[in-house]
Amino acid sequence: MLELYVLLGLMILGAIIAVETRELLSSIISIGAVGFILCVAFLRLHAPDIAITQLVVEVAVLIVLIRATIGRDTAITSGRGEFRSIALLTGLVAVIVFFAAMGLRCAPPFGEPLLTVSGTYLETGLEKTGAANIVSSVLLDFRAYDTLGEVTVLFASVAGALLFLRKKGKKTENG
Amino acid sequence: MIIYLLCFVLFGIGLHAVVNKKNLIKIVVGVAIMEYSMNLLLVLIGYRMGGVAPIIDRETVAGEFVRLSVDPLPQAMVLTSIVIGLGVISLMVSVCIRLYEKYGTFDITKIKELRG
Amino acid sequence: MGEIVRNIVRIFAGFTLLFGVYIVAYGHITPGGGFAGGVLIGGSFILLTLAYGKKLALQKLSRSMSSTLDSLGALIFLFLALVGIAGGYFFLNFLPLGKPFHLFSAGIIPLCNIAIGMKVGASLFAVFIALAMVRVVKHEDGTTDYLEETDDTEIKQ
Repeated sequence: MLELYVLLGLMILGAIIAVETRELLSSIISIGAVGFILCVAFLRLHAPDIAITQLVVEVAVLIVLIRATIGRDTAITSGRGEFRSIALLTGLVAVIVFFAAMGLRCAPPFGEPLLTVSGTYLETGLEKTGAANIVSSVLLDFRAYDTLGEVTVLFASVAGALLFLRKKGKKTENG
Repeated sequence: MIIYLLCFVLFGIGLHAVVNKKNLIKIVVGVAIMEYSMNLLLVLIGYRMGGVAPIIDRETVAGEFVRLSVDPLPQAMVLTSIVIGLGVISLMVSVCIRLYEKYGTFDITKIKELRG
Repeated sequence: MGEIVRNIVRIFAGFTLLFGVYIVAYGHITPGGGFAGGVLIGGSFILLTLAYGKKLALQKLSRSMSSTLDSLGALIFLFLALVGIAGGYFFLNFLPLGKPFHLFSAGIIPLCNIAIGMKVGASLFAVFIALAMVRVVKHEDGTTDYLEETDDTEIKQ
């Protein structure tokens, strides 16, 4: 339990550094650190599937982000990098935390999941789907419709990225 | 309950970066932080104290497993959400690169001035 | 990239690809699955690109091939879902379930994992290659220009 607090504290620290530092490259390295700490936290929460995925995705995100920033002349954000003061940040976080606390009153207490639907998945997952990994059986059998939707979203976002990055299309007047 | 609120603090930091920062890459970083915090919150809600991972192996006793396993449903949803995050971040980065090509800067205030 | 990086990548790129295939194939028994394994498979090609330049990586997996694999993965997944309609409903697990804890078990789940892994890996590689193609060229008078590289120029780091 305590180690989760430590990990979350480290994540918050890394996020603050990533947001507030003036060098873009160290900002990206810090977001990488946050992602890897998140991976350790997933492992601690008994979620090896998403720990693996988070690890490899984090490396890919780092490569993509570094590729975008390296070699650009704006490696350091010049002057005042933000619109408003730090007081507004505190106010923003306070408002979010207040509404979150109100919303979380109906959430189950930590460590005791509801398992209204998932209980059935845990009981009958192996005999109905034959997959020993229950996450896999939820992902591709019980809730495969969701996965189809998310594959579609992934396809759309990748197609959009390729569209933005393709070789020059038709010339417009502004060039 | 405190640990849920810490997730929302992390979310707030990401939102601060999206709303207040002028640099496009910082905004992408803020979106990534928000995504991490929400993934962590969903997995935390499915956690069971002293539980086991939702993977059956040959030695597992069936009744014991149902009593002890953590919630598999948030894990399955978060798994896809992480990969979608990768796709969305690459989409945002490619938009940023095209903006840099057109205006020669990542600063959104300068991009506003240069429009037209 | 340096000689050390090239040598290490020459040894490890194949193992990374193999590990990605393992993660995809055993996704229904052990932790992992199509999403994680797919990113690993894409990552092995990205490793090749970073160490040896685009030319070699594109010889192994060309841009049009990666686009085709991307679309093909999504279509196979949809096809597996639609075949189920013949037997009753969308995403019916129409293959025999087999013995648990074996590679050939769990009906269509391994096939879906393979389709998703193909899709994710190919699309990640396609996006990375597209990102690597654009490069800024700075002129003397301070203006910047983007150069669209052709397939046979190497990345200059």
